[in-house]
Amino acid sequence: MVRPTAESARVPGQLLPVHVPAPAAPELDDPRTSDVDEWGRSERTREMARALFAPFYDHWFRVEWEGLEKIPADGGALLVANHAAAIPSDAPVIMHGIETELQRPVYGLADELFKKMPVVGTLWSRAGGVLAHPDNAYRLLREQQQLVLAFPEGSKGPGKTFDERYQLRRFGRAGFVQIAMRAGVPVVPIAVVGAEESMPTLANLAPLAKALGLPYAPVTANMLAFGPLLGPLGALLHFPAKIKLRVLDPVHFDVPPDQPRYSRSKVMDEAESIRQQIQDALYEMLRARASVWRG
Amino acid sequence: MGKRVLVTGLGTFWGARVAKALEADPDVDVIVGLDKVEPTIELERTEYVKSDENYSILSRIVEATQVDTIVHTFLVVDSTQMRARTMHEINVIGTMNLFAAATDSSVRNVVVKSSSYVYGCAPADPVWFSEDMTRRSPPKHRVERSLTEVESYVRDFAVDNPHVAVTMLRFSNVLGPELSTPLSRMLELPLVPSVFGFDPRFQFVHEDDVVRAMLFVLDHDLAGVFNVAGDGLLPWSEVASICGKLTAPLPPIGQGLFTAALSRFGVDIPPEIVDLLKYGRGLDNGRLKRAGFDYTHTSAGAVRAFIESLRLKRTVGSTGSDYQYEREVEDFFRRSPAVVRRTR
Repeated sequence: MVRPTAESARVPGQLLPVHVPAPAAPELDDPRTSDVDEWGRSERTREMARALFAPFYDHWFRVEWEGLEKIPADGGALLVANHAAAIPSDAPVIMHGIETELQRPVYGLADELFKKMPVVGTLWSRAGGVLAHPDNAYRLLREQQQLVLAFPEGSKGPGKTFDERYQLRRFGRAGFVQIAMRAGVPVVPIAVVGAEESMPTLANLAPLAKALGLPYAPVTANMLAFGPLLGPLGALLHFPAKIKLRVLDPVHFDVPPDQPRYSRSKVMDEAESIRQQIQDALYEMLRARASVWRG
Repeated sequence: MGKRVLVTGLGTFWGARVAKALEADPDVDVIVGLDKVEPTIELERTEYVKSDENYSILSRIVEATQVDTIVHTFLVVDSTQMRARTMHEINVIGTMNLFAAATDSSVRNVVVKSSSYVYGCAPADPVWFSEDMTRRSPPKHRVERSLTEVESYVRDFAVDNPHVAVTMLRFSNVLGPELSTPLSRMLELPLVPSVFGFDPRFQFVHEDDVVRAMLFVLDHDLAGVFNVAGDGLLPWSEVASICGKLTAPLPPIGQGLFTAALSRFGVDIPPEIVDLLKYGRGLDNGRLKRAGFDYTHTSAGAVRAFIESLRLKRTVGSTGSDYQYEREVEDFFRRSPAVVRRTR
């Protein structure tokens, strides 16, 4: 049933009352029954994921952070890191570490591959994964002032073979810098050492990847080492490489937010400089690393 | 001088409701409704004109009535209700003819009831679509193709007629006590169909807010494209749980076979809905809100309003509207000098 609105029920010729601002609309009834937010994240699922991952974080990878205090305690920031391992171990480590240490949610960006996978895609989304679309990132950073984690190398990082470890790939088309500029938030670079060795790719079966519609189809050392013991599940288990992370100084851009476009060359320069900083930090950390397993 | 409004699709759910709401507006002088079939709800002062879906007599009607506003509600978004051919005829050819008749005429306002189907539904889509975004891939399903073509005619008309305020409203999936859509029919089943392993976020708009939005843009002389959708996105599993039901998953691949089998049992799940069951869709409703529109229901609120009225209907039978309409009695109330008329 459609009822006339107050305004339309007005009778012509009648004296009009002086305009008083309408009272604020009463709070709309919103009978939600789950805690899943607009991005698909559920804090309850996230808590469960943290509880399950904690033993791996503490005892398997024995994660160590350096410079965690450089991550802003409030306000939006785009965290960017190098990306490695056939099944990347860096994303859960970074999200788990920051959420437990700083008590701030981290939204992890990834391409649509996850979204297409049944079950995995739903769990990924409930655990804080968001599709890497510029508009998603902008809303998270600008409107909601959240921490967002991105891997500018994309699938080219985890897709590379072991002989190319710690050689950063191209940082896409520098979209991450553009988003940070538009959102008016700093980029916080993070260098990760150890993830490369947690699941090294020995060979890449390009034709198989193509047939399956995957970015890469690796043969990992883990399949060979754990396969005989654990069967197919062995392919999912990481080696207990020691993971060390170093947070670098936040990069603030000296440009106004919300511009329709930013100078291409400035964007590319900033992206390249961030890439170089992460690369340099990686070399420095590798020089100091005595053992892959003990750090 | 009040508005003179022409409503298309008077015999449909939306056309009739928009006309009824317009009747309550004293600023509207004349309401003319077009359709092939008679309106199903009682209307007081709307003039019904029988016409085919191609509006062949339209230019004569516009000329004769000197309407200044067209509300184009006659666009089919439920692809299960007719053959592709009929839908194309109604949506694309109908809109084309409608705008041909409206060009260089007395018309100054046009409101078109489009749908969020024009955005499509793909894994690479953003969580929120805003009005200026265009879809990345070409339209996949026939209802999407059809509405995309309709929108291109609307845009052409707006360019060719800069003196006309053209408003296009894109509605998200509608739920409410009275409307029947593929999604509402799925939610009426004892088990709600879903796709295994997927639990995407849905957004709904209450049927009252649909009519209110169309009147709102007319009242406020808004032009441009506006999304109309309730606040909030909720997972399909939560939609089912608000309805107090469990989901029955279809396999994650080859749903086409299963939906074809299901349609034999009267459960129609069109392909555009299968996509939604995998990836969902969200519309940013900020633009219309900033223009001053208040929603009466959130997405979750619309689901609850739907299920509560369904339960009532199942228990006490169709309640119809509040009482049975008696034409003579109503005529008496309306016209007899014996009735004391109070102004509110």
